Amino acid sequence: MTSLRRRLFLILLFATGVIWFTAVVWIYQVSRLEVEHVLDSRLQEAARMVDSLVAGHMPASPAEPLTIPSHETVGYERQLSCQIWSLDGRLIARSSGAPDEQLAGPAPGFTERVIDGERWRIFTVDDAEKGVRVMVGDRLGLRDQLIADLIKGLLWPTLLIAPLLGLITWVSIGRGLRPLDDITAALKGRNAEDMRPIDVGHAPTEIRPVADALNALLAKVEAARQQERDVTAFAAHELKTPLAGLKTQTQIALATDDPAIRDGALRQILFSVDRTTRLVRQLLVLARLDAAPVAAPAAAVSVGEILDEIGATGGGCVVVDPALHAHRVVADREILGVALRNLHENAVQHGPTGGAVRWSLSSDGKGIVVEDEGPGIDVDELPLVRQRFYRGRSRSPVGSGLGLAIVEVATARIGWSLYLGPRAAGPGLRAELRALGDGDAIAS
Amino acid sequence: MRILVVEDDPILADGLRVGLGLAGATADITGTCGDARAALATHEFDAVVLDVMLPDGSGLDVLREMRAAGDATPVLLLTALDEVSDRIRGLDGGADDYLSKPFDLDELAARIRAIARRAGGRATPLLVAGGLVLDPAGLTAALDGRDVSLSRREFAVLSLLMERPGIIRSKGEIEERLYGWQEEVESNAVEVHVHNLRAKIGRHVIETVRGLGYRMRSGT
Repeated sequence: MTSLRRRLFLILLFATGVIWFTAVVWIYQVSRLEVEHVLDSRLQEAARMVDSLVAGHMPASPAEPLTIPSHETVGYERQLSCQIWSLDGRLIARSSGAPDEQLAGPAPGFTERVIDGERWRIFTVDDAEKGVRVMVGDRLGLRDQLIADLIKGLLWPTLLIAPLLGLITWVSIGRGLRPLDDITAALKGRNAEDMRPIDVGHAPTEIRPVADALNALLAKVEAARQQERDVTAFAAHELKTPLAGLKTQTQIALATDDPAIRDGALRQILFSVDRTTRLVRQLLVLARLDAAPVAAPAAAVSVGEILDEIGATGGGCVVVDPALHAHRVVADREILGVALRNLHENAVQHGPTGGAVRWSLSSDGKGIVVEDEGPGIDVDELPLVRQRFYRGRSRSPVGSGLGLAIVEVATARIGWSLYLGPRAAGPGLRAELRALGDGDAIAS
Repeated sequence: MRILVVEDDPILADGLRVGLGLAGATADITGTCGDARAALATHEFDAVVLDVMLPDGSGLDVLREMRAAGDATPVLLLTALDEVSDRIRGLDGGADDYLSKPFDLDELAARIRAIARRAGGRATPLLVAGGLVLDPAGLTAALDGRDVSLSRREFAVLSLLMERPGIIRSKGEIEERLYGWQEEVESNAVEVHVHNLRAKIGRHVIETVRGLGYRMRSGT
């Protein structure tokens, strides 16, 4: 697992390192140039000074070259060595540390060469008037040592500071990431039931999008859980209430001596068993739909024929538009049949006794419409009635709360949609089924 | 004992009406929160049996409104959810007792008697006045150790008077307690019941307070 803290720390460490390294290289280069410039100037000055000191009293041709003594030297001292040559190539004088060999060639100006394994930089001055050539040189090794010492002087404190800087960086990152830690701690401390949004009031702008997304997710999960709880509650209510009714009526039948009361209770039991049977049948239909594989490639079926089969034309108050018999759709016949049957039962149950149930084609000829003359469904209940076991305010005594849920699942199974709304003319519910892709409907 | 049953399932509601009737109570049935509110506003009940899930809302809302309005009528919740948290929510919402569906009719009747008794401030299940002992659970009465056979209505009149001895109960109050909404009440029904009671338990036990009603005679 990558740690944001470690990652930030490494990035900062690397960046700091690069900056430091660049600075060191830069300082090195600049110092070197400066040091060389200063030392070269010194060489030049020294050569000219020696030349000016060489007076006419210098022996023109001494048997032995003069050695100018110098005291013991330490550190960067004893840098310079000096030789004075006559223009015809005899050594007139030299400083004590100077090599015997001629430092440089006859060309005046700066030269560099290796003498006895050491690199030298020499400045040569020709003085034709006095007939001497003055050479002043110093060892480049000494110059390098000087610059190296300068850089070391810079690096040592840096190396001592580095761990301190690392520590400060590490702690600072920790402090900077505290809002993240706070949110993590707040989330960790929660129990699984707690879906309250996390507090984004003090969250920094970088974390807020994450916190907002998390809150949106929490809200969604909570809504899903709430719906699941509702469905469970509805299911428990719809399944246990008939059982409670059966048990109560049975106990009455057993307890009473009054034949009239007993007969009443037994009739209620019979009615309840019928109703519960229908509930079980609906549950099985729903379970079959839930478990059904994706519908097989469907053939064109006649909607009117299916309506005939489910008995939609039987009752006197059921009106089926003849156009539906000519209307053919491509859909799984069985699943479409389930949807139509449940819509039909729903319309018959909720309509008043003798109220008409009308099956027709929608005005564009693509949707199958059924209208009843019942109380309809209030707008606020429309999204809820598709839920399993939800029974609206205007429930029928035999309803199971599953009818529209079954229609919803069945239509989704065959790629259709269910539209619910109020009937245009007078009270009642209008339900329309239509294929999502309109091309499925073949008007013949 | 007059009980309001708020239950939308017609078969269960019918079962409760008949079943509680067999247990000596008079049950009125409503199927929605709205009807329950109207009934509670206009009538006095000894207990309410309240279904939680109703077509037009939650029974818990009705319960909360009752308690907020200072209505202390004992309430027994009926619900299909029997998780502990649901029970806690119901009881904390002001319910006196809780039964989950499906339930035993006798247990329901016993629990209703218990919460009504507690609401009346009595600790013992038996109603006692002098030598007269009433057992609301068995619907039996005894005078000086001998069983007295009472009709359901007579028992209801006597238990109403014995619940709070010394308190005068008007004729209207007694009728209200005896008969549900659908029942026809004859104008002299209460007088007839009291007359029959006096024949069974003695003339001086029930005192007529002229113009006001009836009460148990003190010292009997």
